[in-house]
Amino acid sequence: MAKHHIEAIVNGDAVEFLCETEETLLDVLRDTLNLTGSKEGCASGDCGACSVTLDERLVCSCLVLGCEVGGRRIETIEGMAKGETLHPLQQRFLEHAALQCGICTPGFLVASKALLERTPEPSEHEIRFWLAGNLCRCTGYDKIVSAVKDAAATMRKG
Amino acid sequence: MRYEAPESVEGAVALLSAATGEARVLAGGTDLLVQMRADVVDPELIVDIKKIAETRAVREEKGGWRIGAAVTGAELKEHAKLKRAWPGVVEAANLIGSTQVQGRATLGGNLCNGSPAADSVPALIAAGAVATLAGPQGRRDLPVEDVMLGPRKLALKKGEIVVSFLLPPRPPRSSDAYLRFIPRTEMDIAVVGAGVSLTLDGAGTISAARVSLGAVAARVLLVQEAAQAIVGSRLDAPAQRRLEAAARAACRPIDDKRGTVEFRTDVAAVLTRRAALIALDRARTS
Repeated sequence: MAKHHIEAIVNGDAVEFLCETEETLLDVLRDTLNLTGSKEGCASGDCGACSVTLDERLVCSCLVLGCEVGGRRIETIEGMAKGETLHPLQQRFLEHAALQCGICTPGFLVASKALLERTPEPSEHEIRFWLAGNLCRCTGYDKIVSAVKDAAATMRKG
Repeated sequence: MRYEAPESVEGAVALLSAATGEARVLAGGTDLLVQMRADVVDPELIVDIKKIAETRAVREEKGGWRIGAAVTGAELKEHAKLKRAWPGVVEAANLIGSTQVQGRATLGGNLCNGSPAADSVPALIAAGAVATLAGPQGRRDLPVEDVMLGPRKLALKKGEIVVSFLLPPRPPRSSDAYLRFIPRTEMDIAVVGAGVSLTLDGAGTISAARVSLGAVAARVLLVQEAAQAIVGSRLDAPAQRRLEAAARAACRPIDDKRGTVEFRTDVAAVLTRRAALIALDRARTS
């Protein structure tokens, strides 16, 4: 069967690509669009390393088919920093040492950004539940939670 | 593998009816894509129902609520009015997976995945929800408790899809609750799930109730004896004991690494009682 021809908006840019039905959005992002910031951890929606937003809704890109995203807006980790300026979340993750190996980090950042857009002043409880679908085997999570809290405070100050 | 995303129910039914090989409906994909990846299923045709407006809408109908089969858990959570009317249904849907999974997972998918441990199904059954199906012979309504026949086995005929669910009108002093037990705090599959919906009369006596249990049998159970055990009571201690006994008697669980028969049966009784107490408290203040 012919490949699907898909047009979508990725990080604000119009993109078009061809994909097979079996290809996930994660496959398309990484292998076709060369946006390799989103990682494949489990490929079953358990680890959150492939987190992106789809029309502002946080999803695992491994659980979305590439052919489903025609006409939709996708935001990935590559869209987070503005040029050389890091997003406050990225800055605070560095300052709090909220990463070690870094594989989970793009997913945590994208998920945390989605949280702060909805909830500018989340409690620790809210942060931990929101991020329960993002797994990190290095940090023990405390530094990540601190970084998100700190970034939220920075962002509230504007 | 062919992918189709029809914009009408009739279009979806026509595609599924005409399929010669294995065909699968795609709603949120949180089960289907995992099963495809694990080679558990290898469909020739995928019919994405999310472009059908009816499957994506939440609206009031005949005093009750019509929820599209492809509405996500995250969308249900954001619907303040629905949440007030049916807090148990919404909290059950919101126990499915992580934030990311919530952004995709749907009530229709949770039911049609055919798992006895599906979290939203006991809550829907307790609510008295009716599924509206569409197929080659037209539409029909089926109570949710009659949709699932056993693990991965549904009452749907070839070409039939679940389009939406209808939650009935809510009399005053009514509410519902859903509780589940898992070995951790988040993101796990129910070892037991219990849904209770009830209505109180003006004096605070339970005038109507429905009780449903998940993960304690080959299908999610509507436990009429448990409802009968509390109707006419104010859920005082003797009524709670009757409720626990009825819940316990309904259990026919499997023994596995996640819970023994004895454990599941005990937990089913406890969760049913606790869910009933939460529903009662909510009904008093609703």
